[in-house]
Amino acid sequence: MIELQNIFPEIFLTLSLLFLLVAGVFLKNSFSLIKKITIILLLICIPLVYVNYDNQILIFNNNYSINNFSNLLKIIILISSAFSLIFTGQYLKRLKIEKFEYMILILCSTLGMFVMVSTNNLIGLYLGIELQSLSLYVLSSIDRNSLKSSESGVKYFVLGALSSGLFLYGCSLIYGFTGSTNYFIINENFTVENIGLIFGLVFVIVGLAFKVSAVPFHMWTPDVYEGSPTAVTAFFALAPKVAGMGAFIQILFVAFGGAFAEWKTIIIFISVASMILGSVAAIGQTNIKRLMAYSSIGHMGYGLAGLATGSLSGISATLSYIFIYVVMNIAAFTSILFFSRDKKYCEDIRDLGGLSKNHPVVAVCFCIILFSLAGIPPLAGFFAKFYIFKSVIESEMYILAVIGLLSSVISAFYYLRIIKIMYFDTEQEKFDDISGLGMKFSLFSSSFLILFYFINPSFLVNITEIASKVFN
Amino acid sequence: MIDISLGHYLFLGAVIFTIGIVGIFLNRKNLIVILMSIELILISVNINLVSFSVYLQDIVGQVFTMFVLTVAAGEAAIGLAILVVFFRNKGSIHVEDINTLKG
Repeated sequence: MIELQNIFPEIFLTLSLLFLLVAGVFLKNSFSLIKKITIILLLICIPLVYVNYDNQILIFNNNYSINNFSNLLKIIILISSAFSLIFTGQYLKRLKIEKFEYMILILCSTLGMFVMVSTNNLIGLYLGIELQSLSLYVLSSIDRNSLKSSESGVKYFVLGALSSGLFLYGCSLIYGFTGSTNYFIINENFTVENIGLIFGLVFVIVGLAFKVSAVPFHMWTPDVYEGSPTAVTAFFALAPKVAGMGAFIQILFVAFGGAFAEWKTIIIFISVASMILGSVAAIGQTNIKRLMAYSSIGHMGYGLAGLATGSLSGISATLSYIFIYVVMNIAAFTSILFFSRDKKYCEDIRDLGGLSKNHPVVAVCFCIILFSLAGIPPLAGFFAKFYIFKSVIESEMYILAVIGLLSSVISAFYYLRIIKIMYFDTEQEKFDDISGLGMKFSLFSSSFLILFYFINPSFLVNITEIASKVFN
Repeated sequence: MIDISLGHYLFLGAVIFTIGIVGIFLNRKNLIVILMSIELILISVNINLVSFSVYLQDIVGQVFTMFVLTVAAGEAAIGLAILVVFFRNKGSIHVEDINTLKG
């Protein structure tokens, strides 16, 4: 029994999602009620995770770890899930997809992500990934009368199932050649000379790279981002990326810590390719959701660059990067949800013309967000990139740093082009006034955080440094 | 008689796995074939896990297989459900017709 109190947040989420499922079936028209309850439950879960924050516990025969690292990631996941519901506002109602299952699926995938970042076992990791992605497949095709949404569901399902298959094949090889699925025993028995283990390592990395949408396994990202309803796209850009990165860090540094020289090259390649593709391929995009997809591919590249250093400072830089990435994406997608004209949501960036005159406040916020995504000081996005490049240069990987900086400059082009359209292009009609309290709150709070991050940057740095000490 | 060793099972697993992967990428006709290929990949993983489990005299591999089988059933169910939704909107499940989103 002593073990169960440590996984109280997971039990809480499970029970609340079962309760909400039953409530949703029996109450008619319960969409807004269940949405509010879900947001509150997700926010209540944050202190539940925080209560055990400084514990370092291994439970279930060393197969599940509760420590600073997993708790930090869990809090980030909870914040992003809660905000992806808060800023949705009227979106789901206007698209007539006000189904209470939407919240159940989000809770399910949040639970899967909790398992992903906490588990120390390949079986647990597989189940976590599947719980997360099965819910996401359904979420992406939740607008079932729209061709785009269902097609994005098909694409996401096929490629996601393929990636799970690759990941599993890697797991089976690793299990066979090390004799266990536990990360610690895998680490003890890992021998670099065994070619089967190296194959397994590569397959596992490929499977996880699919989940964080790193190049060359990114091809589903733009299509799924464009096809899914915008609220779902926002969720895709936030929580699954955090969980995928968390699982990546856990498995690379705990299970394959001894094979650093082997996976370093792979991670460097993935990271460089993502940074370059994320910045170059987005230039030609006119659909803002596709553009955000390429932007998130690029951002994942920067996150992986921190991992490629293999040092503790690299992990802490990656964690800071993920946190700031989440804040920036919350802000960006809230702004995108503002852009609706005559009950249709605008996705073309040319529709943003004259935003500065019609909606000056939204324009200023969006401008701050875009500058931050481009990494311009003194905004939060600059600090995120700064930490990454600092740790990369400390590990003397100068070429990686140079490529990262160059692609950061290239990517500034398409962010700044949107600002140019907002401020200098021909004026278009006004957007509908649909801003609810939730949207305003999430837009202003995240823009505020981005803008004034430089006042106390050591707060986040301290937290992530403590979290990265887990891997010492 | 040839003795069937662990290597033979692993080779069988690898062959089935390759057939599954090739089936996904070479298939130009029908989405159902892709679902079948995904099942093939998972089956090859199960063969691997069970043969390793017997070879290592360790039960964990068979437990893992049970989990994989269960999740594969769920995955196939969700895949078919999404397929039906797609068919309702498009009227076809040919791979060439999945072309609305691109750019």
